[in-house]
Amino acid sequence: MAEYSAFSLLKNALTGNKDWKPAWRKPDPKASYDVIVIGGGGHGLSTAYYLAKEHGITNVAVLEKGWLGSGNVGRNTTAVRSNYLLPANTRFYEHSMKLWENLSHDLNYNVMFSQRGCLNLAHTPAQLDDLARRGNAMRHLGVDAELMTTAEIARLIPALDVSGAARFPVVGGLMQPRAGTARHDAVAWGYARGADRRGVDIIENCEVTGFLRNGDRISGVSTSRGEIRAKKVAVAVAGSTGRVMQLAGIETMPIESHVLQAFVTESLKPFVNTVLTFGMGHFYMSQSDKGGLVYGGDLDGYNSYAQRGSLPIVDEVMSEMLALFPGLARVRMLRSWGGVCDMSMDGSPIITTGPLPGMYLNCGWCYGGFKATPASGWCFAWTIAKDEPHDFNAPFTLDRFHRGLVIDDKGQGATPRLH
Amino acid sequence: MLITCPYCGPRDVIEFTYQGDGNRERPQPASQDLDAWNAYVYDRLNPAGDHNEIWQHSGGCRAHLRVVRNTLTHDISSVAFARGDHKAAARHKAEGKS
Repeated sequence: MAEYSAFSLLKNALTGNKDWKPAWRKPDPKASYDVIVIGGGGHGLSTAYYLAKEHGITNVAVLEKGWLGSGNVGRNTTAVRSNYLLPANTRFYEHSMKLWENLSHDLNYNVMFSQRGCLNLAHTPAQLDDLARRGNAMRHLGVDAELMTTAEIARLIPALDVSGAARFPVVGGLMQPRAGTARHDAVAWGYARGADRRGVDIIENCEVTGFLRNGDRISGVSTSRGEIRAKKVAVAVAGSTGRVMQLAGIETMPIESHVLQAFVTESLKPFVNTVLTFGMGHFYMSQSDKGGLVYGGDLDGYNSYAQRGSLPIVDEVMSEMLALFPGLARVRMLRSWGGVCDMSMDGSPIITTGPLPGMYLNCGWCYGGFKATPASGWCFAWTIAKDEPHDFNAPFTLDRFHRGLVIDDKGQGATPRLH
Repeated sequence: MLITCPYCGPRDVIEFTYQGDGNRERPQPASQDLDAWNAYVYDRLNPAGDHNEIWQHSGGCRAHLRVVRNTLTHDISSVAFARGDHKAAARHKAEGKS
């Protein structure tokens, strides 16, 4: 398959764009594979890509229930950052950030990664102290973080009222300059193309309906397109983890499924040139390259597998946006949608071998799955290939809850809807 | 989403506070069974379908309710007082007192 380049762009432009090839094949499933990855979202596709690229395991199938990228990889608000407090999270997400920084070149696919920065606003001196502590923790581990004054924030975001007269006065903020956004569809498509070019079969419209066993060991899956055997079965279905694990006979998980909504407005001229988070509620926004403001807030707050949200949260998110930018009151919202999040009991993910022999599990991404896409696949591929976790994902075990080793960045305790 | 409170009748979901999974069984306070405590704190059935959960009518009568709600459709199939032995409340309502 041809490389994408300025030359190929020019050549195809001159020949009427008739000769572009599909970015990935549509193969029928084979009878068996070395590795089956369940879930054709960002994490499943990046897992397959790194299995092939880093570990030379190319006899791999990615099974996707719907079409590629129809789940959370296309439903998030595209923010990429590594501004965590606890070392396990900081190291993992910083590894992800480093992969992001070279991802377009690595995939030969423009994922439009834009390091426009992520600014967390503080509205009280205590909150600013807390952000300073987080910034110091980040810098201690070599991650970029800068505490910003209101004067610096005013220069960066002229639309923001930092005079002290705002409903929730801004007293400062913590900036991670290397954070930013990426085009989420391109991430799914780029990983799919990269994996396909290395021989991975991406099989869409193929729903897993059960697990095959050889004694205690998982030896494959039954699907809507027949039985497929594999030496190793990897589950990367965040949002549906409970459902898929129940097919394997695992009744309970340290996870609740909750719906998170996202919103986009009509296109505006440049308004906010960074990822911005509000400190007096739960609200975050950025502006897409097309001009729409992309934003979101809290979960709906009760267990849900429905990929749609309810109106009280719409109301809450809009009021938070207007508390920050009253001038946006007359901007029209174009679209809203919902995605189902795996809310884990400590707000951190699970990337591990097991819990059954022959099975590997990647889940519990809470709100933060998109920015983790490269490192999640990278670490999961390592774990699958070597049957042991990499240092980056070693803390993200399934049994950490029962062993008292939770990684609770927000300090909320075992109430998943609050993470 | 409307929840029909046994005291107050159908009310908007914003009047209620979600208190999570109602399937969990809290061990006796003196229990030293670590597995039981861990299961109570961390493990969830998280079904796609009917889910047994606890809500409080915090913006109304403040009663704790046991609600069976479908997590795919949000249809509510039953609402009852969270305590099975909440007979005083039930009798209070049956006698038509406000």
